[in-house]
Amino acid sequence: MRKDIIEIRWHGRGGQGAITAAKIVANAAFVSGYKGVVMAPTFGTERRGAPVFTSLKISREKIYDLSPITTPDMVIVLDHSLLDEVNVTAGLKENGLVVLNAPKPVSEYTFDGMRVAVSDVTKHAVEAGLPPGIVNSGIIGAFAKASGLVDIDVLVQAIEDEFSGKKPEKNAKAARIAYENTELKVPK
Amino acid sequence: MHIIESGNVAAATGVKLARAQVIAAYPITPQTPLTEKLSEFVESGALKAEYIPVESEHSAMAVCIAASTAGTRAFTATSANGLLYMVEQLHWAVGARLPIVMCVANRGIGAPWTVWNDQQDTISQRDAGWIQIYANDHQQIIDAVIKAFRLAQTVSIPVMVCYDGYLLSHTYMPFDVPEQSKVDSFLPAFAPTHFLDPENPGNFNTVTLPDIRPGVDGEMAPGYIEIRHNLHQDLRATLDTFVEIDKAFEKEFGRGGNPLVEKYRCDDADFVAVCIGSLSYQLRDVIDIMRENDVKIGVMGVQMYRPFPDKAIVDALRGKKCAIVFEKALSYGNQGALYADIKAALYTSEKKPRIHNYILGLGGREIKTQQLLDALTASCTSPDTFEDTPRWIGLKL
Repeated sequence: MRKDIIEIRWHGRGGQGAITAAKIVANAAFVSGYKGVVMAPTFGTERRGAPVFTSLKISREKIYDLSPITTPDMVIVLDHSLLDEVNVTAGLKENGLVVLNAPKPVSEYTFDGMRVAVSDVTKHAVEAGLPPGIVNSGIIGAFAKASGLVDIDVLVQAIEDEFSGKKPEKNAKAARIAYENTELKVPK
Repeated sequence: MHIIESGNVAAATGVKLARAQVIAAYPITPQTPLTEKLSEFVESGALKAEYIPVESEHSAMAVCIAASTAGTRAFTATSANGLLYMVEQLHWAVGARLPIVMCVANRGIGAPWTVWNDQQDTISQRDAGWIQIYANDHQQIIDAVIKAFRLAQTVSIPVMVCYDGYLLSHTYMPFDVPEQSKVDSFLPAFAPTHFLDPENPGNFNTVTLPDIRPGVDGEMAPGYIEIRHNLHQDLRATLDTFVEIDKAFEKEFGRGGNPLVEKYRCDDADFVAVCIGSLSYQLRDVIDIMRENDVKIGVMGVQMYRPFPDKAIVDALRGKKCAIVFEKALSYGNQGALYADIKAALYTSEKKPRIHNYILGLGGREIKTQQLLDALTASCTSPDTFEDTPRWIGLKL
């Protein structure tokens, strides 16, 4: 109910790293002056490959309500095949934003009245030298470009910190390539 | 330094900073990531402790009892049915006056199985004699763990640090990690006068007769009832001891000041919502909304539930029109345990407020802000017409 809280819902598959991606954004947002940062994974049982979602709330002030997001300002979708299984725009606020990892151009996707941003993160991650299927660093670049919420340099630093010892440069590069290759479509 | 991590990691980091020496635990959701983190700390050498994997929670507490009797700082953690499996040993740890610290990530009790949050597990253990402290966010978790070790060894009574499963255990938020050197000066090493020592043999917790009797030293030794009376007196005195320890903590770390209850917009309020745990923080947003509509209302979180801070609660509710008690647990067949405790505390006070009871969130049923707003609005609109029995929020069938 608090209007100062920005609510971001992350959709992925179990094992795809949506929680890690949301945690990286949480860290970067906190460093950027958002004192209130709460990230809540799906509570309960998770299975590899099954659809999962994570709630991220950020605000300039401390956040007290830990309940899951029901009316997000934006949704981030790590895997376009989820569109057939999950209603990713459920509860999305008017003029909300959908950030999508998908191989087709943004003109192929329409979510009633919503802004849509598309980047082929899966491809960009491979270009950056990561093994196929690693998308949770690249999607952050698409998020940065589409939302403008947190500076890409701060996000890249947070990526390098999180992936310390796990190919930090390549993960950072994946985010930068995705950042440069994100198309945004705003409904008329 | 601030980090963003889960509540379980906040707890584990507190245990590391407190330099626990023996850790024995059995994994159970949603406590598991806490014990995993501690085993990582021990494996990497970041925490110089003996990590003893056990086959059950009963054994976990038995190991802590042995380790604490031998004069070491012992820690365990559990949830729900795991806590209940160690009940016999819980009572033993208290009677033996061992300063064990245990985290409980609050979870509903089976049957039927639930892995989700409520507080029936620890509330059901309120009469065991353990001190119970509840945290509302990650900062309070890590701070409470550090304070708990000092409190436990100061009063020789074990302490449970409780926090809502999933809502806090698995949620990520920023918190400050205190400096090790400051923790070391706040929390002196555990150095008991009596401990299990092969060089200095002695008997511990032998059969105690109903009546007093001369001991081997010729002095009169207490019977069981005197020993238990001492425990109760010491628990009552613990309320003041914890206030002092919280003051010392605040001096060192700049955080604290609400050791027994934590009040928000209560001073000029006519109505006060009361509850335990993270719900008291969720209620703050509701209080703000109602204040905008000129309802004079506040919320009070009960931070220490045992020993019961009756005086602090009665003081906070003096002159109010109504106290509205929200609980994620109840004394089945009666009422909410906290509600009944507060009613009893208010019995001898003058200008008693009305008091209402709501049960909600059992087994992880989501608590919506709108539901809290509706319940508080109903209570504030007609404080005089409520029944002396709990109303349930969010029942769908």
